This record gives sequence, C-alpha cells and structure tokens, in this order.
Amino acid sequence: MFPYRIPLRDWVTAAVEYLETEFAFFFDGFSTLIFFLVNNFKDGMLFLHPLVLIIIITAITWYMAGWKNSIVAFLGLLLSENIGLWEPFVETLALVLTAELLVVLLGLPLGIWAARSDRVNAVMRPILDFMQTMPAFVYLIPAVMFFGLGLVPGVVATFVFALPPLIRLTNLGIRQVPHELVEAADAFGATSTQKLLKVQMPVAKATILAGLNQSIMLGLSMVVIAAMIGAGGLGADVLRGIQRLQVGQGFEAGLVVVILAIILDRITAGFGTRRKS
Amino acid sequence: MEEKIVVKNLSKVFGKNPDKALKALKDGKSKDEVLRDQKQMVGVYDVSFSVKTSEIFVLMGLSGSGKSTLQRLINRLHEPSSGQIIIEGTDITKLNKKELRDFRRKHFCGMVFQNFAVLPHRTVLENVEFGLELQGAEKEDRRKKAREIIKIVGLEGNEESYPSELSGGMLQRVGLARGLAVDADIMLMDEAFSALDPLIRTQMQDELLELQNRMQKTIIFVTHDLDEAFKLGNRIAIMYDGRIIQIGTAEEIISRPANDYVKSFVEDMNRAAVLTAGTIMRPVEETAFPGDGPRTILRKIRKKGLSGILMTDTKRELKGYVRADELAEYINKHKDKEPLPFDNSLLHKTEQVYENTPLSEVINKYTGLEFGPLPVTDENNKLKGVIVKGTLIAALSESYRPEVEGE
Repeated sequence: MFPYRIPLRDWVTAAVEYLETEFAFFFDGFSTLIFFLVNNFKDGMLFLHPLVLIIIITAITWYMAGWKNSIVAFLGLLLSENIGLWEPFVETLALVLTAELLVVLLGLPLGIWAARSDRVNAVMRPILDFMQTMPAFVYLIPAVMFFGLGLVPGVVATFVFALPPLIRLTNLGIRQVPHELVEAADAFGATSTQKLLKVQMPVAKATILAGLNQSIMLGLSMVVIAAMIGAGGLGADVLRGIQRLQVGQGFEAGLVVVILAIILDRITAGFGTRRKS
Repeated sequence: MEEKIVVKNLSKVFGKNPDKALKALKDGKSKDEVLRDQKQMVGVYDVSFSVKTSEIFVLMGLSGSGKSTLQRLINRLHEPSSGQIIIEGTDITKLNKKELRDFRRKHFCGMVFQNFAVLPHRTVLENVEFGLELQGAEKEDRRKKAREIIKIVGLEGNEESYPSELSGGMLQRVGLARGLAVDADIMLMDEAFSALDPLIRTQMQDELLELQNRMQKTIIFVTHDLDEAFKLGNRIAIMYDGRIIQIGTAEEIISRPANDYVKSFVEDMNRAAVLTAGTIMRPVEETAFPGDGPRTILRKIRKKGLSGILMTDTKRELKGYVRADELAEYINKHKDKEPLPFDNSLLHKTEQVYENTPLSEVINKYTGLEFGPLPVTDENNKLKGVIVKGTLIAALSESYRPEVEGE
C-alpha cells in the first residue's frame, strides 16, 4: 500500500544492540546475581534429603493452607520424587523463587510509587498493559540477546512477565484504603512513612498478597516456556516430550508442574486470608 | 473562658484558581454561579468564629453546607484558600509541613469519624495507642496510657479484640479512646455518632458529656442532627451554603432564630429537650423559714392565696414544703400554746429539679408531684425558682419565647 515500510524491526534491533554494548557491565553484573541466587536456592534445596524437603514443604502448606491442602501437597511431592522428576522440580522452584524475589524487590516500590502519584500511575498503566498483552514468547528474544542462553534469560523473562500483577495490585490495594483511615493518620500527625507502614500497607496487605499470588502463577507458567531458551527444570522435560513425541514423559513433567502450581497457589493464597492470632 | 481557636475570614475553594472564585464571590456572585462559570466548588466562604477552651462547639448543617470541610480546615486536612486559623496564638495556616505535623501531634486528639476509621489489622489496644505510637512514645508508656483510657471509655476486657469483632458503639469508643489517649486538648468529631442506631447513639452522647466533664477537652463536633447539636453543644454554629448563619446557645437559637432558614429548622425541634428548668422557672415570691412560727407561716400563705409554701433556711437552702391545711389543723390543736414552735412533722419532702434539667424531665417530675409548685435549685440545693403548671404549659406551646439573659 505504501512505498515506504517503517523500519520498526530495525529500530528495535538497533536499540537492543546499543544497550548490549553500552551497558554490558550492567547485564554481566545482573547475570552473575541471578546465577548466584538460582544456584544457591537449588543447591540448598538439593542438599537436603528429598524426604526432608517434602516434609518441610508439607509443613509450610499445612501452616498456611490447612491440613487438607497439605495432604495433597505431600502426595504430589512423593509422586514427583517417585517418577524421577525431583531434580527438575527443585530447579523450577529455584527459578520461580529467584524471579519472584526480584519481582517483589522491584514491584512493591513501583506499586507504592504509582499509588502515591496519579502522574506516575498514568504513565505506568499503559506500560503494564503492554507488558501483559505482549505474547509471553516475545520476552524470550530480548532476554536471549542480552543474557544469551540458559537459566539467566529464563529468569529475566519470567521476572518481566510476572512483574505487572504485583505492581497493579499494590497500587490498587493502597488506593483502596478507606479515605478516613488515611485522614485519621494525618490528623494524628503521621509522617508519610508512618502512614505507609502503619496504615496503608497493612490494610492493603490482602490485595498485595493476591497480586503476589497472581505473579507467582504467571511466573510458573513462564518458567516452563523459558525452557525453550535453555532455562532447564521441568519445562525442559515437557519440551523434550514434545520434540520426541514422548507423550508419557511429557505428561509426567506436565503433571509435576501442576503439582508445583497447586502447592505455590495454596501457600500464597493463604497469606492473604491468614490473620495473626 | 479564654478563646482557644479563632477563625478569621476563612474560605475554601476546591479548584485550580481559588483567588478567582473568591473574587467573584466578593463581587456578589453566588456559589452556584462560580461552580457554573469557573468549575470551582466553594466549600466554605468567609467564615469567622471562635471556640472557647473546654467547650463543645457544634457545627450544624445539612449535607453540602460545608460543615465537614470547615472542620477539616481547622486541622488543615484541607488547605485553606484564604483566611486565618489561630490556635493558642499560632496561625496554623502559616506552618510548614513539619511544623504542622508537630502542631497536630501536640494540640489535636486526632479526629473521630462517622465510620470509626479504626485500623482493622490492629487490636483495640493497638488502635488506642496509635496516636502515641506515631509520636514515638515508649511501648511500655503507651500501653499503660492506652489501658487507662480503655477503662475510662468502658472497653475493659476487649483490649485484645479485633475491630471486626466489635459492634458500632464499641468501635466508636475505640475511636474516642484513640483520640483521648493522645495528650492534646482539641478534639474534632465528624458526625461521630451518626452511624449508630438511635439507642446507642443517645447513650454515646450521654457518655461524651460525662467524659467531657472529666476531661475538659475543646471539642468541635460536626452533625446534621439538630437534636444532637442542641444536646451536646455549649454553642452551636448553624451552617448553610458554606457560611455560618447563626452562632449561639441552643436556647438563643430556638428563641431568636437569625432568619427563616434557621426558624424552619428549629420549628420541628423537640422543645422539651432543649428548654431547661432554669429558663422557664418563675422567681419565688415568698418562702417560709424554720425560725418562723406556724402562725407567721400561715399568714404568709394566706396573703398569697396559696395552698402551701416552700421552706428554706436563711441561706436559701431548700428544706421542704408546708401545706396550709395541715398547718391550720396543727395551730388549732395547740391553741393555748404560746409560743408555738414549728414542728418538723409538718415539713414534706418534695420533688425538685436543677436549673439545667431539660423540660422533658421536668414534666416527668411534675407529674409525680403530689402538691405545690416544683422547686428549682442549684447544685448546692439553694432555691432558685419554682415551676407551676401555667409556666410549664406556656413553655411547651409553639409561640413561647423565653426571655434570654442580656436582652
């Protein structure tokens, strides 16, 4: 239709290349950090005898989500070990934990910032929309370009994909704190930090934790996809099942992903409803 | 009483260019015109008043009259557009952010809200110590203080409860306690009892008055309920359309409404709840003294054509009521005795009311009265006046306007 094609793809490529060369030190540092985190989580968990870790996770589930859920968790974990998928299970868990750690470290402050300033919120909202509607696979490309293949780009892609819900719900939760509560804090002469820590965050806690729950679920789905760029873990087994048309193996790996998802969901859903007694 | 809070020409415009709106109002434009022409909302316009130490000052008005806005201007939850707010000599409109925060901590007992605004994640005890915690008080000290106040407001035993476990009345006690725990003397209450059901509401009003007797805070109380305003307020400011149209005691407002708006308001008013024995009583024309002989007393009664007389001592302390018929019989029986002393068996105890007793209660007392007028005394039992049937009926009639002191 037009004689001229807008060189969108050239721009993006150029921008990525520019960042890659100019900010190499940053990407290297980040890379090292992620490597360090994932490996420590993984080695730490693999250091324990599987049964010990299974009991620990079951206990946490019991504490957070009651005994019924803990039985499901216990049986699921035993099954995972039994079919020989224990190591990929732990690896996937380590990837998710690392990505979520970064999500919390960045998402919480960004959410608070957005809640406090309408202008920041106005800028952030379309960016978050964009991030959430962009197909998950697309994140893999820049991740690979900046960090090569392996677990680091996998974590990065997961982190980017899982970030928006926490920011959104932190923002929402703080904005939904009843106006009178904020006025009350002001009337007593609260500083803005006191207001945040003693009123807004505690009251918004349930919403923020719902955001964390969503974020973890999204993160888990992305970690599996990230196997395509060599992130390892359960995704790798699923991928292998697809590539070799081994239905049985693929199903087993998929089932363990579901087990992990159920456990993580129950535990984090428990955060929001639990009240200190 | 000294003046605690002085407000001078205070205005608040919600909008981008308050000065423009204020100028238009000065040129005689109405609030509605400003809203239409400039898309700016005038909350409060050119309000001046002062609040005395330890009084309950009520801001009364319908919704949209600007009463809550005015209250929030006083602790600068809303920024004033123009005017001054002088609290104990400090013009708080001039304070910077940090100074304002310190000022609020020092002078304001926070605020008490219609929907309680207690923190749902904290126990009653933790809620009550909230203000002290913000001020950085030591944990031990604030716990101690909070427990003390919890006892005063009648929440003992609920220290560890969460707000979700409490009823509305109890939640508002937590709100009150949270304010009282802070060592400050100005209390702002915004429709504090409006969300409570009528019985609890009356009870809380009584308790507030009782607390006020002990704590002597300076209270600014916002309400849309005239009965509540008249019951609680030492003085009441009636607001309409962002302005104060009348300030006065309940009786001043009822007896001399400033304009038709106020008049239409107070017309529906339950007069018996506002008027007090002190305003409707009549002066006592004659009393008997124990030193008077029975014959002298009888003469006093006959002279006035009454059926009996009140007896006081020489310090005007009320002793009781003497009936003419009994007195005459007594004199008859002891015809030959000279001098005849007064016998205390002739003295009847009588119902009595205080000057500040509301008319509704006066009526009850009057109904229980066996004979004679209803005496009105001060708290030292000194006789101040009497109420007879005629005054009572007159006071309850629509056209009645009590004489207000200073007129």
